[in-house]
Amino acid sequence: MVLLKAENITHYFGGLCAVSEFNLELREHELIGIIGPNGAGKTTVFNIMTGVYKATSGSIMFNGQETVGKSPNSITALGIARTFQNIRLFSDLSVLDNIRIAHYSGTKYTPIEALLHAGRYRAEEKRIRAHSMELLSFFSMEEFADELAKNLPYGMQRRLEIVRALATRPKLLLLDEPAAGMNPKEIDRLMEFIHWVRNEFKLTIIVIEHQMRFVMSICERLVVLDFGTTIAEGNPAEIQNNAKVLEAYLGTPAVNDYGK
Amino acid sequence: MKARLWPIILIAAGFILSFAIPYFGLLDLYVQMILIYICINIILALSLNLINGYMGEFSVGHAGFMSAGAYISAIITVKCLSSASAAWLFPFAVIAGGVGAALLGLIVAIPSFRTRGDYLAIVTLAFNMIIKSVLENIDAVGGARGFLGMDKLTTLPVAFFWTLITIWVIRNFIYSNYGRGVLSIREDEIASDLMSVNTKQVKLLAFVISSFFAGVAGGLFAHLLQFINPRMFDIIKSTDILIMVYLGGIGSIAGSILGATVYTLLLEILRPLEIWRMVIMPLILIFLMLFRPRGIMGLKELTWFVPVLDRINSNRGVKGIRKWFS
Repeated sequence: MVLLKAENITHYFGGLCAVSEFNLELREHELIGIIGPNGAGKTTVFNIMTGVYKATSGSIMFNGQETVGKSPNSITALGIARTFQNIRLFSDLSVLDNIRIAHYSGTKYTPIEALLHAGRYRAEEKRIRAHSMELLSFFSMEEFADELAKNLPYGMQRRLEIVRALATRPKLLLLDEPAAGMNPKEIDRLMEFIHWVRNEFKLTIIVIEHQMRFVMSICERLVVLDFGTTIAEGNPAEIQNNAKVLEAYLGTPAVNDYGK
Repeated sequence: MKARLWPIILIAAGFILSFAIPYFGLLDLYVQMILIYICINIILALSLNLINGYMGEFSVGHAGFMSAGAYISAIITVKCLSSASAAWLFPFAVIAGGVGAALLGLIVAIPSFRTRGDYLAIVTLAFNMIIKSVLENIDAVGGARGFLGMDKLTTLPVAFFWTLITIWVIRNFIYSNYGRGVLSIREDEIASDLMSVNTKQVKLLAFVISSFFAGVAGGLFAHLLQFINPRMFDIIKSTDILIMVYLGGIGSIAGSILGATVYTLLLEILRPLEIWRMVIMPLILIFLMLFRPRGIMGLKELTWFVPVLDRINSNRGVKGIRKWFS
């Protein structure tokens, strides 16, 4: 079943075309990668999918609903969650609060009940806390629940960002350079982790990544962007031998060394 | 258990004292007046802390909301009610003032959807100036000469009661998922929106609650002084409230209480220094900002103000001294 269908997404920053005619059909439970040189428009695609930017033209159907023009929080409530290229945790808040905030759209008490701590407040708070702790312990992070997010080590912060995204109960998870700043060993573990998360939470995942080894081995399908246009699409083997891709991206010796 | 019991004992003792002090004349009127001022300032500081400390916006027009509450409640008790009924219906007059201020807060919240930081500061500053000039030009409420005729309805128990209500309601708000939404806006607004927090709704709520309590403080203030004029609610008053918030500590209920108390007391204690007072106070602030830029309690909270459900040691065993501050 098709989960997300992007049609002719075009986005301009002033006179500059950041993304042009982007098309994507994503089936449920797929794991695909978006690659391309720096400035190719990968993160812009994520920002359009999550509502941070409103596409200049085009449409995105997610689970049967149009998302272009919707606010980021309502798109998240529909089931698209994401992480960020540079970590954007709520750093001065506790790990637990980071997770609880992601339960916002599922909170079933009104502001009045919140002000008086009456009605459904108590039961809901208990439920949200229990669910958050359950999620944290699932990722063996429960002992850090009261720690401030900024005090966690880097790798743990990356993991917390994924946990926080999962707390919004997404169907589609967008990971923006999850392997940034990791060494080869950590990347191996991250690959296993992503596979595991996808199966446990029945997710569809889109990854943006520069590490060739990473995307080639975990993604079932790749989309290659260059200057905002899709220059190739296919499985990793096809992409590796695509002349256009080699020219735009993998062709430079420096990148090849990097990928080995 | 102990931690649950102490606040109740303190509140009860506070109530008894607030009745006993005026009744038996335990303290002279001047000291009683200062105590009421402390209560009003706690309400003001705490309500502004919601915007500036918890949400991380920069509002500098808090006195504008205060003036709305002061004028509305004063008009109700003087023009609409007889002296006898005003004494009984005073709480409703105060609430009406709060609601009036909250409606203004709703209007000010709208520009906050688009602007942040310095820009929102300019918007709120302009709002403060507008409301002051509007009041100066309405002859029905005395214009620039001011408005008088209120009875002295703000007694110590009344002020104490409203302070407790404010602390309780704002604490409840902060320790709910709406309140956490407020905190997440301070931390990272875009991430907050992407984590399903309806940032517009949260900002509206924060502004409405904050301005409601500023209005309440205004109503209490008007019925303490028994005379108000627009100049009392200018940018200087707003600055005073800002100082209390940043002195006590942003994002902390204990901080706001401390800040309002210390600032009010210092102003009185330093009174004999006359004009030098205005040199020493700012100096204290400069040193505070150099050494503790987030204020005395900055982002820390006394366990008493944290609901039992939310305390750190509710997850597992006690963590030594950290259980006092979460």
